[in-house]
Amino acid sequence: MPFIENGLVLRHIEVSRDMYELEFIAPAIAPDCRPGQFVHIRSGLDNNPLLRRPLSLYDVDKKLGSITLLYKVVGKGTNLLTRIRPKEYVDAMGPLGRGFSLLPPRKTALLVGGGVGIAPLVYLARVLQQQGCKVKVIHGVESRRELVALGKLREIGVEFLPSTMDGSAGYKGLVTDLLLKKVNPADIDFVYCCGPEKMMARVSEIARENGIAGEVSLEEYMACGVGACLGCARKLKSSDAQYKKICKDGPVFGMEEIEF
Amino acid sequence: MGKEIFMPDEELDLSVNLGGIIMKNPVAVASGTFGYGGEYEGFIDIADIGAVIVKGTTLEPRCGNLPPRIFETPSGMLNAIGLENPGVGIFLQEYLPRLRDQGVTVIANIAGNTIEEYARMAAMLEGNRGIAGMEMNISCPNVKEGGLQFGVDPDMVYKVVKAVKEETSIPVMPKLSPNVSDITAIAQAAEAGGAAALSMINTLMGMAVDVERRKPVLGNIFGGLSGPAIKPVALRMIYQVYKAVKLPILGGGGIMNYIDALEFIMVGASAVSVGTGNFVNPCLARDLVWDLKKYCIANNIKSIEEIRGAAVQ
Ligand SMILES: Cc1cc2nc3c(=O)[nH]c(=O)nc-3n(C[C@H](O)[C@H](O)[C@H](O)COP(=O)(O)OP(=O)(O)OC[C@H]3O[C@@H](n4cnc5c(N)ncnc54)[C@H](O)[C@@H]3O)c2cc1C
Ligand SMILES: Cc1cc2nc3c(=O)[nH]c(=O)nc-3n(C[C@H](O)[C@H](O)[C@H](O)COP(=O)(O)O)c2cc1C
Ligand code: FES
Repeated sequence: MPFIENGLVLRHIEVSRDMYELEFIAPAIAPDCRPGQFVHIRSGLDNNPLLRRPLSLYDVDKKLGSITLLYKVVGKGTNLLTRIRPKEYVDAMGPLGRGFSLLPPRKTALLVGGGVGIAPLVYLARVLQQQGCKVKVIHGVESRRELVALGKLREIGVEFLPSTMDGSAGYKGLVTDLLLKKVNPADIDFVYCCGPEKMMARVSEIARENGIAGEVSLEEYMACGVGACLGCARKLKSSDAQYKKICKDGPVFGMEEIEF
Repeated sequence: MGKEIFMPDEELDLSVNLGGIIMKNPVAVASGTFGYGGEYEGFIDIADIGAVIVKGTTLEPRCGNLPPRIFETPSGMLNAIGLENPGVGIFLQEYLPRLRDQGVTVIANIAGNTIEEYARMAAMLEGNRGIAGMEMNISCPNVKEGGLQFGVDPDMVYKVVKAVKEETSIPVMPKLSPNVSDITAIAQAAEAGGAAALSMINTLMGMAVDVERRKPVLGNIFGGLSGPAIKPVALRMIYQVYKAVKLPILGGGGIMNYIDALEFIMVGASAVSVGTGNFVNPCLARDLVWDLKKYCIANNIKSIEEIRGAAVQ
C-alpha cells in the first residue's frame, strides 16, 4: 500500500557532476518497496515547479526503513531537490507502480543500464542476488565519472561490466555492442533494461533475436503517479486502441509489449 | 504530517446544499483529477470528501489523445487527455456500485457530441441510486467534434441544459468554460435552461512549444491549463457570475490551500473543487476541510454562508 510521508534526509551527496544520491528515512513506504517501483517526490513547497517528480528506488534498506534515490539534475525540479540537506525532510509518495517480475533462484539475469537508468537496476540486483539468482550488470555511460553505481554493485557482489563512449573505463563504445561482444546469450535466462528509449529498443531486439524474454522500465511525464489523471499514456502492442498508464500499469513492461 | 494535534469542533457543521446536491463538507474533487476514486485509496478516505466528481464519461468508450498528454508550465499544467473513459455503461455497472457501497457522495460528469447524446446519458444515469449530482462538461476543449461549441454559445447552453434537465431528476450542474468573452451570458443561459447549480471553471485553452523539436509539446497541440496559474481568472469569473445569477456555484481553479478556498467562497462560491492540487497532495481535500474548520473556529464563524460573497462589491 502506498503512503505519503516526510522522510528525514540521512545523506545527500553529489556522487558525480550533476548526479546525486539521496537517502531518507521512510518507515511507512520502505517495507512494501519492490525493485522497479518508484516514489513521487515533491521538490519544493512552492507552486513552481508544481508537480511531483517520479524517481526510481535505487536502493532500499528495509531494516533501517530507508530509501535511496539516484538522480540526475536535468531541470527545475531536480535542481531544487539538490538544495535539501541532511536532517531536513523530503516529501515522498510511494511505493508506486508495478515493479520488475523476479526471476526464480539459480537463474541468470542480465541487467542492462544506460546512464541514470542504472538506478532501478541496482535495487533489482540486490534483491535478485539475495534470492539466489546469478546477476550480471552492464552499464553504458559517456565517461568513467558517471559509473556512480560501482560501489553499490561491488558491495552487493554482482558481476559488473561497464562501457564508456570515451573509453575512459571498460569497453569503449555502446553498451549494446558490449552486450553483443562480451555476453553469451546462452548464459542468460532473462534481461532487465532501463535507459534511453533507443537503447532499450536495441536491447529488446537483441533479446528477441536470441529468444530471451525480458522487461524494460519506461518513462513519461507524470502528474498524479497513481493512474488518476490518465496523463502518462502509452500504447502497447497487445492493447489495440487502449492506452496503458506508465505510472500504474508500469513503469515496467514486458519487452515484447513495447513498440519502440 | 507535521500538523499539530488539534481537534476541530465536531459540532461545527460545514455541510452544504449545492442546489440539491447535499455535500457533507464544502470540498469536492474535480473531474478528471481523481479517476473513479479508487486510485487514491489508501491516501485518503474518499467517503470523507464532500463530493467526488468522477472522470468525464461519454456515451461510447473513448481511448483518448495521442501522448504526450500533459506538460508542466509555470505554476500550472496543460492537459489534453481527450476524455479517455470506458463509456457511461461501464461507469454505471462497475464504478458506481463500488463508490455507492463505500458511502461516497458521487457527482457524475457527462460530455457529449450532440444534444441528443447528453440527453441519452442523462436518461441512463436517471434512476441509479447513488448519484448526488450530474456535472455537465460543456467546456472540454480537447475533443474536436464537440466540447467548445456548446460552452461558448448561450443559445446552445440553454438548449443542452434544458434537454438534460428534462431527462433527469438528479440536480444538473453545467460546468462553464472560461474560454468565452462573456461568462455571465453563459451562466444566465444555463440558469434559464434549468440548471440547479454551476461548476466553474474548466481549464483555459493553451499550448506549449518544444523548441528543440520545433513542434507543439502536446500530441493534441492544444491543451487545458489548470493549477494556480488560472486562479485569478477563476476568481474573476465567479465574482461576475455570482452577481449575475442566483444559482449556487461550485468554484475551483488552482486551489492549493484553505486560503485559496476562502478566496473562492468570498467571491460567491458555495463550495469549492480541487483538481490539479490533488496531484501534489492527494490528501488536499481532507486537509482543506480541516483547515477551513480551524479557520471558522478561530474567527467565530458558524457556517460558510456567513462569509460567502463577502468580497463582492
Ligand atoms: C518511473 C520513472 C522513474 C524515474 N527514475 C529516475 C531516476 O531514478 N533518476 C533520475 O535521474 N531520473 C528518473 N526519472 C526521470 C525524472 O523523473 C525526470 O528527470 C525529472 O522528472 C525531471 O524533472 P525536472 O523538473 O528536473 O526537469 P524538467 O524541467 O521537468 O525537464 C527537464 C528536461 O527533462 C525532460 N523530462 C522531464 N521529465 C521527463 C520524463 N518523465 N520523461 C522524459 N523526459 C522528461 C524534459 O522534456 C526536459 O527536457 C524517472 C522517470 C520516471 C517516469
Ligand atoms: C488531467 C486533467 C483531466 C481533466 N479531465 C476533466 C474531465 O474529464 N471533465 C471535466 O469536466 N474536467 C476535467 N478537468 C478539469 C478539472 O476538473 C478542473 O475543472 C480544472 O483542472 C481546474 O481546476 P484545478 O486548477 O484545480 O485543476 C481535467 C483537468 C485535468 C488537470
Ligand atoms: S501520471 Fe496520472 S495516470 Fe499516470
